[in-house]
Amino acid sequence: MGNRAFSDISYQQFLAEEKLMGSKCNQCSAVFVPPRPICTECLKSDLQWVEASGKGKLAAFTCISIGPAFMIAEGYDRKNPYFVGVVELDEGPRVDVRLEGLASKPDEIKVGTPMTVKFLHRGEGDAEKTYLAFEPVQAQRSVAR
Amino acid sequence: MKNRRKLGRGVAVVGAGMSKFGMYKDKDSKDLFFEAYQELLTSVDKGLDPTDIDALYVGNFSNDFFMHQSHWGPILSELIGVTPIPATRTEGACASSALAFREGVFAIASGFYDVVLVGGVEEMSKCSTEQVAEGLALAAVPYENQVGFTFPGVFGTIATAYFAKYGASHENLMDITIKSHNNAPLNPKAQFPYTIRDMMNQKIEKAKAKGGPVPQWQTEKDFLRDPRANPPVAWPMHLYDCCPISDGASCMLLVAEEIAKNFTDDPLHVAGIGQGSGRGLNSAPTLTSFEATKRAAEEAYGMSGLTPKDIQFAEVHDCFSMAELLHIEDLGFFKAGEGYKAVSEGLTRLDGPMPINTSGGLKCKGHPVGATGVSQLIEVWNQLRNKAGKRRVPKRDLRIGAAHNLGGTGGTSTFTILERR
Repeated sequence: MGNRAFSDISYQQFLAEEKLMGSKCNQCSAVFVPPRPICTECLKSDLQWVEASGKGKLAAFTCISIGPAFMIAEGYDRKNPYFVGVVELDEGPRVDVRLEGLASKPDEIKVGTPMTVKFLHRGEGDAEKTYLAFEPVQAQRSVAR
Repeated sequence: MKNRRKLGRGVAVVGAGMSKFGMYKDKDSKDLFFEAYQELLTSVDKGLDPTDIDALYVGNFSNDFFMHQSHWGPILSELIGVTPIPATRTEGACASSALAFREGVFAIASGFYDVVLVGGVEEMSKCSTEQVAEGLALAAVPYENQVGFTFPGVFGTIATAYFAKYGASHENLMDITIKSHNNAPLNPKAQFPYTIRDMMNQKIEKAKAKGGPVPQWQTEKDFLRDPRANPPVAWPMHLYDCCPISDGASCMLLVAEEIAKNFTDDPLHVAGIGQGSGRGLNSAPTLTSFEATKRAAEEAYGMSGLTPKDIQFAEVHDCFSMAELLHIEDLGFFKAGEGYKAVSEGLTRLDGPMPINTSGGLKCKGHPVGATGVSQLIEVWNQLRNKAGKRRVPKRDLRIGAAHNLGGTGGTSTFTILERR
């Protein structure tokens, strides 16, 4: 883990391994998810990898009816819209995520809902990709049952 | 920020022209820029000899993606016959032509050039809605694109954060849409020169003519609340929260202040000019403000010595209704968290104390992205020079107006203050 560059490519590799990873500044303790190679708080380049707990709360969201080609290919459209949003992690940073397991009516969804990480693996072979997703804590309990 | 910025020498605006904005099957980017340039030539009171133009800066976001053609500087310099002067394309997403304007200002302020043509162009309507959404999303930050955000999605997300923080609702955003559409019929260049009530009545008449069930809308908000009339695009952004897909072009003539009298006795002066950069949703300091806009405003106010109270009217980048709400707070016209009340109280209407988007805004005038920044400044030009016709801000001696242009998820923002002395 220590040899990987603090880069978007490393971040994506870790997601494929079902790890939500960031970088932590050894000088000022600031945490960045996704990782940064320079601490943008104190501008030092002395960082280490840190794994996020995968817990957080819903900071904001949307429900998209007209998406990009790769979401259309997954079957999303005006009749079957999808949710994305921003989750504020317990460690502080915010992440842009796909959202699963929410109420189907957007006006019933509450900002502040406790969320937990879920790794979505899509495609096969060279086209395989892992998406960072979050779902409400209750949703995961009912699935685990 | 470092101490007060200033230009090396003053810069004046002495000419302006724009195409009508719309969706054109039979016009391309060159035709639209030609239309804008022709109008500019007639707008220069004492005339322009095109051989006096020292340089061209032209904003274009993504004709590369939309039209499979990039490198618009030399194409347009050839079109208007000014080759081989330097011709430079600027790109800052939807703020591309505000950057062209800024480069033109600096080129003159430095003393290097005296007469510079700036402008912008975009041709989008020959793509499908899905292709346009994907093309525009190229200007979002990578982490947003990777999980499937679109720009309506970015502003829908910001809206949920704003609503939760301040207690506003989609009803407040409807007031922005209704206000902008009330200005639009007064603008002959607007893509949608209709009020919401006009469009609502058209649909009622159509339903009556067809003999089908007639919608029971009484007010504009009844219409906007009806998902059949106003379907969600990226909830809570609905169709009428979003600017249209547009083709269009715009241009302005900038000259050194000391030679402005050779072109007109009534020039406008660049009183303040600012730009900032910003981070995306995941790392911005807050979801309810754009740091790039705050920096741009700080630079422009600092240079001009003016404050938000001195700005008599403004064009702001209302790519979405939610965006207008953020900008009027970030630019200091209203306090954070109070913009939505101001909008719903009518303070930003044409006859209100702080008219916003007298042109109808991006929402109604149209948003050919690379042309937008300079077209916003053309509205300021029209207002300050009493050329805005029926949409002129009433009962005021207009001296100072401003335009705010935004690109990406607040990635690039500009704020430009023009003054008639």
